[in-house]
Amino acid sequence: MKSPPFEYARAASLEEACGLLHQHGDAAKLIAGGQSLVPMMAFRLLRPSWLIDINEIAALKFVAFETDAVRMGACTRQCVVARDDALAARVPLLRQALAFVGHTQTRNRGTVGGSLAHADPSAELPLVAQILEARLVLRAQSGTRTLPAAEFFAGPMMTNLRAEECLEEIHWPVWRGRKTGSAFTEISRRHGDFAMVAAAAQIAVDDDGRCTRVTFGVGGAAPTPTAFPELARSLVGQTLDKAKTQAVAHEAAAMLEPDSDIHASAAYRRHLAGVLISRVLLEAYDAAGSLQ
Amino acid sequence: MSETLYSITVEINGARRIGQVSARTSLVDWLREHLHLTGTHIGCEHGICGACSIMLDGEPIRSCLMYAVQADGHRITTVEGLARPDGQLSILQDSFCEAHGLQCGYCTPGMLIAAQSLLDANPRPTEEQIRDAIGGNLCRCTGYQQIVEAIALASKRIAEGAT
Repeated sequence: MKSPPFEYARAASLEEACGLLHQHGDAAKLIAGGQSLVPMMAFRLLRPSWLIDINEIAALKFVAFETDAVRMGACTRQCVVARDDALAARVPLLRQALAFVGHTQTRNRGTVGGSLAHADPSAELPLVAQILEARLVLRAQSGTRTLPAAEFFAGPMMTNLRAEECLEEIHWPVWRGRKTGSAFTEISRRHGDFAMVAAAAQIAVDDDGRCTRVTFGVGGAAPTPTAFPELARSLVGQTLDKAKTQAVAHEAAAMLEPDSDIHASAAYRRHLAGVLISRVLLEAYDAAGSLQ
Repeated sequence: MSETLYSITVEINGARRIGQVSARTSLVDWLREHLHLTGTHIGCEHGICGACSIMLDGEPIRSCLMYAVQADGHRITTVEGLARPDGQLSILQDSFCEAHGLQCGYCTPGMLIAAQSLLDANPRPTEEQIRDAIGGNLCRCTGYQQIVEAIALASKRIAEGAT
């Protein structure tokens, strides 16, 4: 339960962190909040020769509001995001999702970028990134590139982040519609545990209650968080009721091929996906409709 | 192999402490093994049980999920730092005794840190907020009820002007 030996470097700047990554390549890991990395090292699932600490890089901790997006430094702590009312007004799913993430002690250290880069398929923030089509800015010594969430997540605990890259920023799209509602829910064994299945939705409606924009998805039921863009588009122009959300949720669940494990069977996960998708679609729709 | 040692300076319970640590030394191991601050307990050692909770720069965290070297330059409060300067129990600690908020005592340091952090930020928490604040701390004796009552009692005493 003790980590294997490693060398430690505290990066004072992003440039320094990228330089160290360039120098050490695969032998190095970045440590942000460490809430997943440290247990994995204690279990000896990971044995990096170098840990590059990015916790003290002030430039990675910010939240900036732009017209159509919120830009967020990758090392912004989860507790900071959960407390930010102005952020919750623009990207409400973040606070809704964080209510299910760990506990006070882990949210105080855990970072948004760390959760995305860890890419646990049942984690909450990757699901939000996936359905909102967040864009992730990846920085290396040689330059910067941007990936949409759909191209960032590659599999369970796998991303397309290269060994020499550091996740620098996340751009969360802001839906400008006056009547936009969202919802997040999950089923886990205990509050704060990883979800057996999580579901999230965001819906904008017009004054007649017709959907103008819809996105939804599930976590924990596939190798990566899964959005259903075609099914979501099929709801645009419609008003929603329980029968409609159940029908769409059923279709979405049928597309999933979840794994069985000690926590839940594949059949139960698929069942949960259907129930929870229907629930968040209806909640998000009602929330949007209740706005003036 | 000989491991590299890193020099660190950390403010712990108001006092400046210096150390030489290997990178893999967890913060809780440094506190217990090197500084002999054994009030902070090690339970699961992988971030589940909350027994090792401490405050880092005033916020509760798990000290098994941080390496000591990362604490360089930061401020820490352990359970030893909760008592009054003369060694008398704090309002919260006294309330844990009064309300039987502990049995075996293993989880108690972590519970006290979680509860004190809550009361520092919110002196009049609801029962739901109390339960949420200790949600990351496991207790296998009490069933949590008396812990919740102890924190509520401390909150009441603070509101009544106890110091």
